[in-house]
Amino acid sequence: MASTSATLNSGRLAPLAIQGTVRRRSVTFVASLVVIGLALVAACFGQLLFPNATTVNPLQTVLPVGSTGHLLGTDQLGRDVVAISVAGAASTLLGPVVIALGSMVIGTFLGLLAAFEGRWVDFAISRLTDLLLSMPMILLALVVSGIFGASYWWAVVLLIVLQCPYDTRIVRAGTIEQVTKPYVEAARLLRLSRWRIMYRHLLINIWPLERTNLLLNYANAMIAMSALSFLGVGVQEGTANWGRQLVDGEQILFQNPAASVAPAILIVLVACAVNLLGDSLNAAEREAQVR
Amino acid sequence: MSAEATTVAWAPAAALSASDSGKGASGAGSVEEVGVPRKRSLAEALARIILLRTAGSVVMLLVISVLIFLLTYLSPGNIITNLTGLHPPTPAVAAALRREYGLNQPLVVQYLHWLDRFVHGNWGRSMRDQTSVSQLFAGRVGVTLALVGLGFAMAVLASVPLGVIAARRAGGMLDRTISAVSVVGLSAPAFATGLLLLYVFAYLVSAFPPAGAGQGLFDDLDHLALPAATLAIGVGAYIVRLTRTAMRRELGSDYVVFARARGVSERRLTFVALRNAAIPVLTMAGLVLSYLVGATILVESTFSLPGLGLLLQESVEFKDFAVVQFLALFIAAVIAAIMLLVDLSYLVLSPEWRQRLRR
Repeated sequence: MASTSATLNSGRLAPLAIQGTVRRRSVTFVASLVVIGLALVAACFGQLLFPNATTVNPLQTVLPVGSTGHLLGTDQLGRDVVAISVAGAASTLLGPVVIALGSMVIGTFLGLLAAFEGRWVDFAISRLTDLLLSMPMILLALVVSGIFGASYWWAVVLLIVLQCPYDTRIVRAGTIEQVTKPYVEAARLLRLSRWRIMYRHLLINIWPLERTNLLLNYANAMIAMSALSFLGVGVQEGTANWGRQLVDGEQILFQNPAASVAPAILIVLVACAVNLLGDSLNAAEREAQVR
Repeated sequence: MSAEATTVAWAPAAALSASDSGKGASGAGSVEEVGVPRKRSLAEALARIILLRTAGSVVMLLVISVLIFLLTYLSPGNIITNLTGLHPPTPAVAAALRREYGLNQPLVVQYLHWLDRFVHGNWGRSMRDQTSVSQLFAGRVGVTLALVGLGFAMAVLASVPLGVIAARRAGGMLDRTISAVSVVGLSAPAFATGLLLLYVFAYLVSAFPPAGAGQGLFDDLDHLALPAATLAIGVGAYIVRLTRTAMRRELGSDYVVFARARGVSERRLTFVALRNAAIPVLTMAGLVLSYLVGATILVESTFSLPGLGLLLQESVEFKDFAVVQFLALFIAAVIAAIMLLVDLSYLVLSPEWRQRLRR
């Protein structure tokens, strides 16, 4: 119950209460694990699998699907679509890992601080999160990174800043429920330092909240990051990156649709898998709490 | 119907006056504060809430406007070269620009002038081709309005019934199918869905034109169908999920069980529950709105629809500050206005509040 209300308050959707049988859940669970596993393999070992994926070949620009040696044809720079899509996994999936973790760390720090200190610290942090959340993430990211000319890693930093208000809100809501509990009062009476109370006592108790939120955060970050790549922020034209491949491939949609359809399906597939995995972990967690 | 009922009736109002966020915490404090019924007339209370909430939005907008104004100054490079673009300015041009933009004055004065011009509809000229921003805006706003209107209407018309059906048959085959599809809609970024729709409906079956805006009403609709559908899939997925969650809570509550026991028809029950479910759904409107704005930019870009989103993207690419600043502030103002209306609409929708109004 605690986690549900916190999630609602945070402005995120409450997880779907999946009511299916155990078998059904395990099918979704296994399927999403397989997709994520494959994506991870591609991200880690793509370079080894297709060492020449990004080599430009002007002799075979835009071969259609089913050409000999190129199952899904080639893109506008003559690169094999299968190879470039595998190679694009790393750039598409790595940045969001950093975003999800970074925003969790910053959000935890700010949320704990706001809930524990209260008064003007809470006011300042809460209004700051309100301000950041009042504007759509994509709009802010596009304007700021476009004007400042962001590179890939600057885009990552920017998205950490834009995503951390969500975490701040969740952690703050979770902590507010905790600070009135006897164990915190006991720790205060023992005159433990505030940092010790926050990071040794409170953090352990809000950790389940954050853990279940991490995957949903990741999916969100991946969608935002690929949207920025699609809009041309953070990656150059022709980069092996699913968002960028999609916009590059759209130019040759009628010569070789696979060049843009393949990355589109990959983005949807991985984002779905991460969301579903997050949901089933959420459900499992709540079931464990009920028992 | 005494002290307790009053407290409940006041709760949404208390949350309203605080802010649209952190209901749990800020609401709790204010409920305590108004737990003792005050001797304040309804009109007065209503006016106070509307005023407070409006003031909050205005302050928020002012802060955003300062940040947007500072964009030009914080961006790398000299402001004059930013203004002139690729051509290096002659000293005379630079001096003229300084005069025109009032760059010699203190920053605060410049900001106030800028804000004054914005409020009075003098939005400056595009640095790209010197057309006035209001002209650019007028040329683009129609497409965006049509796209968002059509997309949102499609989303609501399809997803509210779907959410209700899913909630009424929670756990069943239909519910599971609807929920699974909504996960896909939530996870798929608008540009990916857009491209897949483009591939299927413009390439595989050439039912719709692939890009651009049309000419004339029917051609317009033809060109808008795929982009609007793309928008509707994402927004609809959100609304299905929100409606389902809220409806399940309502349908599981005591009043529904008792009404059913008294023999109230399922049809009537659903409508009553739906009206009550509207409030929790509305509290999440900010989320949907945020998604809608972001997705509109992506959809216009995917389908090369010459609307405001595409204008924004092009202007960012060309570092056309005047247009970027205008569009950012305009969108912020629209969002703030809609959120304000949504918050105030609780007053109308919440049964407790209606009761108070009638008294």
